[in-house]
Amino acid sequence: MIALTINGRLHEVDATPETPLLWVLREWIGMTGTKYGCGVAQCGACSVHVDGAVTRSCSVQVGQIGNAKITTIEGLSPDGLSHPVQKAWDAFEVPQCGYCQSGQIMAAAALLKSNKRPSDADIDAAITNICRCGTYPRIRAAIHAAAKMVQV
Amino acid sequence: MNEISTTDNSAPGRRGFLATVGAAAGAFSLGWSLPAEAQAAAPAAGVEVGIWAVIHPDNSTTIRIARSEMGQGTLTGLAQLVAEELDADWSKVRAEYIAPEENFARNRAWGDMSTGGSRGIRASVPYVQKGGAAARMMLVTAAAQKWGVPEAECSTASSVVTHAKTGRKLRYGDLAAAAAKLPVPAEVALKRHADWKIAGKGVKRLDTRDKLNGRLVFAIDVKLPGMLNAAIAQCPVFGGRLVSFDAGAIQAMPGVRHVLRVDDVSVAVVADKWYQAKTALAAMPVVWDEGPNSKVSSTSIAAFLKDGLDATDAAVGHKYGDAAGAITGAAKKVEAVYATPFLNHATLEPMNCTAVFKPDLVEIWVGSQNGDASLAAAAEAAGLKLSQAKVHKHHLGGGFGRRGQQDYVRQAVLIAKQIPGIPVKLIWSREEDMQHGFYRPITQAKMTAGLDAQGNVTGLHMRISGQSILAYLMPTRMENGMDPVQFQGLAAAEFGYLAIPNLLIDHAFRNTHVPVGFWRGVNTNQNAVYLECFIDELAHAAGKDPLAFRRTLMAKNPKQLAVLNAVAAKAGYDQKLPGGVFRGICQYTGFGSYTAAVAEVTVSKKGELKILRIVAATDCGIAVNPAQIAAQVEGSFGYGLSATLYSECTIEAGRVAEGNFDTYEVLRMADMPKVETIVVPSGGFWGGVGEPTIAVAAPAVLNAIFAATGKRVRSLPLKHHDLSHA
Ligand code: FES
Ligand code: FES
Repeated sequence: MIALTINGRLHEVDATPETPLLWVLREWIGMTGTKYGCGVAQCGACSVHVDGAVTRSCSVQVGQIGNAKITTIEGLSPDGLSHPVQKAWDAFEVPQCGYCQSGQIMAAAALLKSNKRPSDADIDAAITNICRCGTYPRIRAAIHAAAKMVQV
Repeated sequence: MNEISTTDNSAPGRRGFLATVGAAAGAFSLGWSLPAEAQAAAPAAGVEVGIWAVIHPDNSTTIRIARSEMGQGTLTGLAQLVAEELDADWSKVRAEYIAPEENFARNRAWGDMSTGGSRGIRASVPYVQKGGAAARMMLVTAAAQKWGVPEAECSTASSVVTHAKTGRKLRYGDLAAAAAKLPVPAEVALKRHADWKIAGKGVKRLDTRDKLNGRLVFAIDVKLPGMLNAAIAQCPVFGGRLVSFDAGAIQAMPGVRHVLRVDDVSVAVVADKWYQAKTALAAMPVVWDEGPNSKVSSTSIAAFLKDGLDATDAAVGHKYGDAAGAITGAAKKVEAVYATPFLNHATLEPMNCTAVFKPDLVEIWVGSQNGDASLAAAAEAAGLKLSQAKVHKHHLGGGFGRRGQQDYVRQAVLIAKQIPGIPVKLIWSREEDMQHGFYRPITQAKMTAGLDAQGNVTGLHMRISGQSILAYLMPTRMENGMDPVQFQGLAAAEFGYLAIPNLLIDHAFRNTHVPVGFWRGVNTNQNAVYLECFIDELAHAAGKDPLAFRRTLMAKNPKQLAVLNAVAAKAGYDQKLPGGVFRGICQYTGFGSYTAAVAEVTVSKKGELKILRIVAATDCGIAVNPAQIAAQVEGSFGYGLSATLYSECTIEAGRVAEGNFDTYEVLRMADMPKVETIVVPSGGFWGGVGEPTIAVAAPAVLNAIFAATGKRVRSLPLKHHDLSHA
């Protein structure tokens, strides 16, 4: 059994230690907000926070997490809508198909935690997740808007 | 908790599916779950008034959607059209999918479910508007009968019928039961567009909120009691076969339950978890018969296509005058050969489908661009009748044309059929998805034109050589040996340069063994690169400005010219750009809409390209939701510029060499330019939105690169080209 702290709750799972965190979240625990897009740390659809740092969960073995605290899209805000990034995403109607957006939102939230006023160049460097629907301009605008909300 | 109920259409006390959308079960039948607070407020079961709207006691409206939502906003746009004619309270509108089996059982009452060719809205318009208007009339009749007043004295607004003379009002929610008993009127009057309050407006999408918190249940997220998971391997070489596999080698691996031959070309491992299935499959020895195509490569395909550039046998797509004669006799002859590669759709959600098979029922959960086709594929693979199949439609994590094909549905059912009664979710790995697509077809084009002494075009010959989609997918749709899809944007009704005096556009079929299909924008993308870059070449050969040169050639194309002029004005085409910044312009027509774009780029001496700004214009005739059109146009550049800069499927030893996003590169944030969209609906027609603008992405950028570097890029993707310049 491996113990994991996810969104403030302790979970025990019977996965083998080398199982990627992504699949433990989705299949062992049943939290499917975190998505599979590539499995090789390329697309960012599986992004979660591990001790606050944005992490591609497809490429982290569950046995290596130890006591670190995991936050998934389900745990970003209590009602699923009130984190500044979620509010900005709603206001700018960022999602198209929506499949990448859990990962985009988690990446944006982590960026804003470490950088209160990211420049366009900071956003380019930090948000490397793939969106096949091409929502990038709205992601950028929404991050700037969320940054303003956080500062207020 | 299971997020999908298997019994959501059979709850008691409702008219089967028809009066659905009771509380939570209704939400589940939509394929996504409502946010917590919305669930708490979910309405009681409603009443179907006509077939398109269900009206609830709380005066909210559920609108039925037959097409598929894959990000393009069709769900919202269609709901707007129905709500407008219904005079529904838009703040209380939600949408749900029609189950394909209901559509089948009721003689396709909801029309065509296929969602492609940018037809989701434009082809649905007449009947969904009528559906909304008919429901409104039924509600008015019910109110008029109740009050004993003439219908003509009643008016409607925001889900309320009013009798102005007596000041009486009735909510739709209180009239629905009586209205539902009335016959659906056959003849209804539609509103004038000038009177629209919901349609034509940039209202917010209905499907945003659950996409902000992981609550939207895509097909890949489906959970059913006792469900197993399957990973699949298909013969990597197209046309090859599965010979054998060593199930014993992996039987003891964690979670493995079954190892199954799926069909002639694929094998699946079924396990408790998909991760276990995928891991075991990767460890299993499999023997393939690679078949006759294992020597084919991108190089051999290129040579095969090149041969078609001068072949005598070609299907004519558009011809008038004597192009050959005009070019031969011209003062100057200009010639260029262009090429574009195979591309994968690479939807971010890989192909997947969940199925459960019982002797008299097959049920699937799927993201599909065509619910009717999924129903048929499931029934056929199960060996059952259409009436013995059920499809739960989920929103798609990207479609782009790929999910119009039903291969993954068929496979899921073939697997489920071998373990009856047990739900099994088939997920393709990204690598399977990359290597088993229906690829954007590979083509080359030889462009030849004559210029007279004044630089006027005397004639143009465009020869396309390459693979035909219809020949592969639907040969019955060929027209006298000609594939009309090959000539998208080039046929008489679409071609933008009718002032060219002599024209020949033809196509030499060079079909490869690689499966091809409809890739967002289909052949407009490749054809636009060939035509719009070559027009730019001709302008420079004639010593003319590319915009002025186009304007002359577009004298007989006022619609296209208006869009080109709109984009030029918005981009400030007549103004000087800052040092080092260069622009390219182009226009194209497709899917019933006119589009144009200007790109502004810098290219460093070392050859580093930066796309600074795109201005794009689209005339789709009538705009149902201008805000969503802008979003589609922006997104189109993400898709189109991926193809311009990076993406390519290479054929090596008969298979696709790329396996994942490390080699099949796509556009990311840092490369995405600012996109300014102008929607210039000229009215009077319904053009497509999801696809047409992709075509102008590549040529605008390539023409700007020429302006910056003097280098003419004639093959994609750009990553293979050295753009360094003196
Ligand atoms: S699934 Fe983890 S980065 Fe793509
Ligand atoms: S919204 Fe579809 S992949 Fe990003």
